[in-house]
This record gives sequence, C-alpha cells and structure tokens, in this order.
Amino acid sequence: MEFDFADQQPKFLMLMYGLVAFVLVVGGLLLLLDVVPAWFARRREAQLVAASVSGAPLPRRPRQREGIFALFFLLPTLLLLTIGLVVPAIRTVLLSLMNGDSTEWVGLRNYGFLFSDDAMVRVLINTLVWVLVVPLVATGFGLIYAVLVDKARFEAVAKSLIFLPMAISFVGASIIWKFVYAYRGDGDQIGLLNQIVVSMGGEPKQWLLESPLNTLLLIVIMIWIQAGFAMVVLSAAIKAIPGDIVEAARLDGVSPWQMFWRITMPSIRPALIVVMVTLTIATLKVFDIVRTSTNGNYDTSVIANEMYNQAFRYGQSGQGSALAVFLFILVIPVVIYQIRNLRQQREG
Amino acid sequence: MTTATPTVAAGTQNTDGTPTTTAGRVRKRLNSRTATLVSIVIAVVWTIPTFGLFVSSLRPEDEIKTTGWWTAFTNPQFTFENYQQVLFGRSSSSGQLAGSFVNSLAITIPSVLFPLAFACLAAYALAWINFRGRDWVYIAIFALQIVPLQMALVPLLKFFSTGVTLGGVTVMPAWDLVDEQKFAQVWFAHTCFALPFAVFLLHNFISQLPGDLMEAARVDGASHPKIFRTIVLPLITPALAAFGIFQFLWVWNDLLVALIFAGGGDETAPLTVRLAEMAGTRGNEWQRLTAGAFVSIVIPLIVFLSLQRFFVRGLLAGSVKG
Repeated sequence: MEFDFADQQPKFLMLMYGLVAFVLVVGGLLLLLDVVPAWFARRREAQLVAASVSGAPLPRRPRQREGIFALFFLLPTLLLLTIGLVVPAIRTVLLSLMNGDSTEWVGLRNYGFLFSDDAMVRVLINTLVWVLVVPLVATGFGLIYAVLVDKARFEAVAKSLIFLPMAISFVGASIIWKFVYAYRGDGDQIGLLNQIVVSMGGEPKQWLLESPLNTLLLIVIMIWIQAGFAMVVLSAAIKAIPGDIVEAARLDGVSPWQMFWRITMPSIRPALIVVMVTLTIATLKVFDIVRTSTNGNYDTSVIANEMYNQAFRYGQSGQGSALAVFLFILVIPVVIYQIRNLRQQREG
Repeated sequence: MTTATPTVAAGTQNTDGTPTTTAGRVRKRLNSRTATLVSIVIAVVWTIPTFGLFVSSLRPEDEIKTTGWWTAFTNPQFTFENYQQVLFGRSSSSGQLAGSFVNSLAITIPSVLFPLAFACLAAYALAWINFRGRDWVYIAIFALQIVPLQMALVPLLKFFSTGVTLGGVTVMPAWDLVDEQKFAQVWFAHTCFALPFAVFLLHNFISQLPGDLMEAARVDGASHPKIFRTIVLPLITPALAAFGIFQFLWVWNDLLVALIFAGGGDETAPLTVRLAEMAGTRGNEWQRLTAGAFVSIVIPLIVFLSLQRFFVRGLLAGSVKG
C-alpha cells in the first residue's frame, strides 16, 4: 500500500476548520437568539414594574419584536442568497451584453452569435432533442413500471432496482454506459451493445462517434437515471387514488384499459405534470453526461456544456453568460406552467 | 417496505385478495404473466449496466481489455488489483483516488451541514413568525429555485478571486485561496445554490406542524428560539434527514461546481472531477475506469439504500432539485 496518510492531513485540518466555523456560526446565532429575547423580556419587565409603581397605563406589547426575530432567523439565508445567487445572476445578465473579457458593451451580439454560428445552432438543436425526448420517455417508463409492479410481490425490491441509478453520479453513470457502448475493432467485443449487435450478425460500431445517433445514446443515460424518480412519484400518486372511485368504476363494469385511461390517468395528472416539468428543467441543465462521455465532441454538445466551454475554457465570458441567460429564459415558461397547474389543482 | 409511502392505506388488499388500487387492478386484469415479464425485462435492463461495471472492476486487466465481462461466468478470475491500483497507486496515471475520496468527503460534509442549518432557521421564520412581507420573502426565495446555477458561476468565481470593490473602496478583499483552502469556496457555492430548494422543502414540512402546539408553547411563555430548538427541531428530524440525503447525493455527485470552484488539483479535486478526467484521457483503461467509478458510487449507494425511506419522503414533499 503506497498511500501516505500524512499527505491528507491538511485536508482534514481544513475540514475541521469548516466544522468549527459551522459550530461557531450556527451556535452563535442560536445563542444570540436566546440572549436578545431575554434582554427584551427584562426590559419589558422593568417597564411593567415602572408602570405599576407610577400608576401609568401599561405599555403595549411592542409589535416589531417578531420582525427582529424573523430577521435573525432569516439573516444567513438572505445574505448568502444575495451574494451567491441574486447579485451574480444580475451580473451574468450584464456580462452577456459585453465582449469576451468584459471590457466593452456589445449589445445583443452574443445572442446573435447563438443563433447564427453553425456549431451553436447544432447545440440548440441537440438541447431541444434532449428536452423533447428525456421527460417523455423517462416518465413513460416510470409510469409503465409503476403500474406493472403495483401490488406485485417483491414490489419494494423491484422499485429499488429502477430507483438505484438516482444515487449514482452522472459521471459514474456515464462511465457505466460508456462501457456498455465500448467498441473493439475485431476480436471479442467488451461492450454489451456491440456484443449484442455482433451476436445478431451485425457489425460493431463506434457508437459515440456517430452523429446524430450518439446524442440519442447519451439521452439513454439520462433516461436511465431519471426513470426511477418518475416511477416513485407516480407510484405514490397511484396509491393515493381513493378506493371508492375505483370501486364505483368497477361496479360500472369498466375494462382495465378504460380504468387506466379514465380513472388512473386523470387522477395522477398533477403528479405527471410535476414529474415532466421537473425532468424538463433537469434535462435543460444537463452537463456532466455530455462532458464525461464525449466532451461535447462529435456534435453532441448541449447548452449547459457549451456554456462551460465558452466561459471557463475559451475565456468568452460574454458568450458563456448569454448561454446561461438563454438557459434561464427557457426554464421560465416551464416553471410558470407548473405554478399555474399547482394553483388550479389547489383551487379545484 | 422501502419505497412505499404513507398513503398506501387506500391500497391495502381486500379480504378476497383483489387489489384495490387502480394500477393493481389494471395489472391483474392485464394478462398477469405479460405484466410480470415486462417488468422483469425493464428491471434487468436497468440493472445490467451497473452489474457489468461491477463485475468488470473485479477482473484482471488483460481479461477486461480482451473479453466481455459476461465471460466471467464461464471463466471466473477475480482480483482486487484494480482497486488497489486506482486508489493507492503512485503513478500519475493510476488516478490516486484515495486522495480524491478524502476531498469528496471534505467537500461534502460542510456543504450538507451549512444549508441544512440555515434553511431550517429560515423555514421556521417563514412558517411561524408573523412579520410584514413574510409571504413576499417566501415567494422570492421559492422563485430563486428556477435560477439555473449556470447563471451565477462566472460572477461568483470573480467574487472569490477579486473580492468586491464599490467606487474604488474594497468592501470585501479577494479570498486568494490556495490548495485545500479552496474547499471553503466550494462549501460557500454549494450552500448558496442549495438554499432555495432547502428552504422550500423544509418549509413544506415545518408549516404542516400542528399550530396548537406552537400556540400552547407561546402561551406558556416560550420564545421563538426556544420553540425552534425544543419543539420544531425534534419533530422535523425526518425532514432534515430527507434534505440531508438530497444534499449529500447532490454534492457528492456534483461535477460542475467542483470543476469550477475546486479546480483540478490533487489537493481539492473530488472523485467526480478525477473520474471525468480519466474518462477523457484514459478512456480505454477500463480496469481503472470501472474500479474508479465503483469507488465513487459505493458511498452514495450505501447512504441511499439505508436511508431510502427518508429520500422518498423528501421527493414526495416537493419536487427535486434539477
């Protein structure tokens, strides 16, 4: 074993600093929250005593106390969100209107670049394909599986198997599937897919090099990861359908097919929408899979990956920021749709 | 019962054995054998890729590179050599993942604790403290969930590297962090990015606590901090677990944030960064890639399998983080 534990010491030290900081910050905040109200309580007591001694009317309970409390409870969150999310997001919008090294305003030129450059258009089309395919297929598989294993024996185990990929990193998943797609010129194949192709009399292929097939093969990885999420949420929705509706339908003698389309589907519609929307947003931001599998080469790049390339590899922070803003713009309508649905659901 | 939810009550079996959920009924009426077959096929397709990777990671190098992992059934040869090499090997090509493993740990632990603590404080205030503009603050935090983290990366990195100057006055100096100090940047970034979802999720749980309980405590003269510590915290442990697992998986599996804020150095790069690098530069070194991938998978898998119940509860309480 050639691993020197001493090399790791600075890291553990740093981790310890982090934990100490955590204890100090959170502990300090809680302590402060205990001290402040105690001080207020003492002051109020003193006021009450003074009032009863002098015979003056009792002071009214001060209202702003609640507000002060809330401020302390919310302080770290609001501070971090402002520094880490709000201000940077606004700056990104501004950066997207500037040139590569942020020295000059260029108006909407970066956005023009998104739609005129051939490689960029390819990126946009790829992203569109991802967003159209992943949510539909992943939800489809999730739904079919949820229905099939509902009340089956070993339901819990069966669900765990599909759910498991959710615990695996996108990087790990990409390596798992790269191995499935692996190619060897002649002799034995080591990739499962090529082995299947060969055993059925076909020629082995370099799957990840062939556009546009490679984009679809990367999409498979995302579907493989996300179907479990769809399955779990939909399965819970199915189990929540009230028994008496089902009973009534059965008395009316509906067929299983009708039961599925007229009872199950309408009942789980809200859950379906939540799943689709969540998957759409996750898919828009997909980065790790593309980067690990092909690094965006061979016409497989997507917006999030290209954003990283432009901003952090090519030093084009203007174009990178424009891509980030574009991503944001794409997410907005999806979210508005979801919020509207949630509201309808609550009113209905 | 691992993935089932509390709502199953509606779907318990009748005495005559017919399932009362629609899906159960559909499944039963569908030719049951076809249903079973299809579900087995799906389950196998979902499991085989991981299984193949696992089997491969235990095979000797020559074997992995020349024959498919399925030949291990007819010609079983297993070794821990790949793991030995990828974790502790000295050569630069080996991956030296043991160090990255420590990095992953050092990045993940504070990145889970900080947002957890801050978010449950905030969620409590938004749910149970009356103050003006409460709803607006909640809506604002909720809405921040839709800001893709890509929107924050470039300026946040600049914030760390150059600090903040307003009108020529340095409000905040550059952090100037080197080597393992960069962990602090990653903690900060992960904490910020996690907060909107964390507040949303925990708010879902905390606001559902019975109001009578809070009222009674208030009448007894308990202050908000006291209620928070003695009543709310113990009651929402399952929710804390749910978010903790989310955040753990999210941070441990993250590539983008680590790539940008930790960099690729030995002192800071977590497993995901190192693995993505290996996949790019040593795509044919399958003995290392398979073992390395499994090293990165094993901890989240353990966490996931042992705490699945909480994870599912969290999933169903809100949406998931995208």
